[in-house]
Amino acid sequence: MTTASQTIQGLASAKDLFALTKPRVMSLVIFTALCGLLAAPGTIHPVIGFTAILAISLGAGASAALNQWYEADIDAVMKRTQGRPLPAGRMDRETALHFGIGLSVFSVLLMGVAVNWFSAIFLAFSIFFYAVVYTIWLKRSTAQNIVIGGAAGAFPPAIGWAAVTGDVTLMPILLFAIIFFWTPPHFWALALFVNSDYSKAGIPMMPVVAGRQSTRTQIFGYSLILAAVAIAPFTLGLAGPVYGGASIVLSTIFCVFSWQVGRSKTTEPEDMAAEKRLFKFSILYLFALFAAVVADRMIFA
Amino acid sequence: MSPEEQKAYQARQKHRAIILAGLLGFMVVLFYFITIVKIGTAS
Repeated sequence: MTTASQTIQGLASAKDLFALTKPRVMSLVIFTALCGLLAAPGTIHPVIGFTAILAISLGAGASAALNQWYEADIDAVMKRTQGRPLPAGRMDRETALHFGIGLSVFSVLLMGVAVNWFSAIFLAFSIFFYAVVYTIWLKRSTAQNIVIGGAAGAFPPAIGWAAVTGDVTLMPILLFAIIFFWTPPHFWALALFVNSDYSKAGIPMMPVVAGRQSTRTQIFGYSLILAAVAIAPFTLGLAGPVYGGASIVLSTIFCVFSWQVGRSKTTEPEDMAAEKRLFKFSILYLFALFAAVVADRMIFA
Repeated sequence: MSPEEQKAYQARQKHRAIILAGLLGFMVVLFYFITIVKIGTAS
C-alpha cells in the first residue's frame, strides 16, 4: 500500500522546506530584529542575543510556511508564486502545515526557555497575527490588506527589544510604527508598476480596487504619517542627533519622492519613473533608518 | 513505486536525515552554551 507520506511529494526535500520559510523576507526580519535588540537599553549576553534572533527568524519562517500552506490556491494562479514548493507540486499541504506549526512551537519555546517569556508570548502573537489575522482572515477581504500585513512585518524590532528589556516601551512602539507606516507606500509603489496577477487570484489589492490615482494619493498620505513617526524618537528625546539628522533627511527625501508619485498620472508601467524611484528608495530608507537607530545608541549610550 | 522512484525517495530521505542530524548537533551545542550562561547569571 502506498500512503501519502510514501510518495516522493510526501517527502519534501530539505531545499523546498527551506524555501517555504521565505529566506529573503527573513533577512529583513533578522536585520530589524537585530536593530531592535542592539538599540534597547541594557545588555544581553551574546549567546542569548543570538538565540533571540534565531528564535525570531524561526518564528518568521514558521509564519511564512503557514502562509504558503493556506495560500497554495492563490500561489498557483499567480506567475510570481507558481514555482513555490506547494503550487509546483513538490510538497503536499499537510507537510507545509506540520512544518509551520512545528517550527512555530519550537521558536516560541526556544525564546521562552533561553531568553524570556514576555518576548516568547510576543513572538507567538506575531505568528498568530500573520498566519491567522492577516493570511486567513483579512488578506482576501479588504483592500487595506497590505496595511494589516505591515503590522505583522513590524513586530521583529519590538520583539528584539523585548528580548533585552523584558518589556515594551514607547521607543519599540515607534520602531513598530515606522515599519507599519512604511509598508503601504513601499508595497503600493511596487504594485503600481508591476503587473501582478492579484486581480486574477481574487485578492483585493489597492490599485485594482481603488484605482491608480487613489493609491497614489494614499501613498503620499502614508508617507507624511511615516515621516512624523520616524522623526518622533528624536523630537521626544528617545534618540540622539545621529538618528535625528538621518531621520529628517531620509524622511524629507521619502516625502518628496511620494509627492512626485502623487502627482504622476502615468498608466504605462514603463513610464512610471517616480514609482520605481520611490520603491527603490524605500528599501534604502528602512535599512538606513534602522542602522541610524543602532549607530545613535552605540555613540550616545 | 518504481525502483527509480524508490532510489530517489531513499536518497532524499538520506539527505534530510543528514541535515536534521546537523541541526540537532547545532542545537545541542547551542543549549550547552545557553545553560552555561544561565548558570553563570544565576550564581
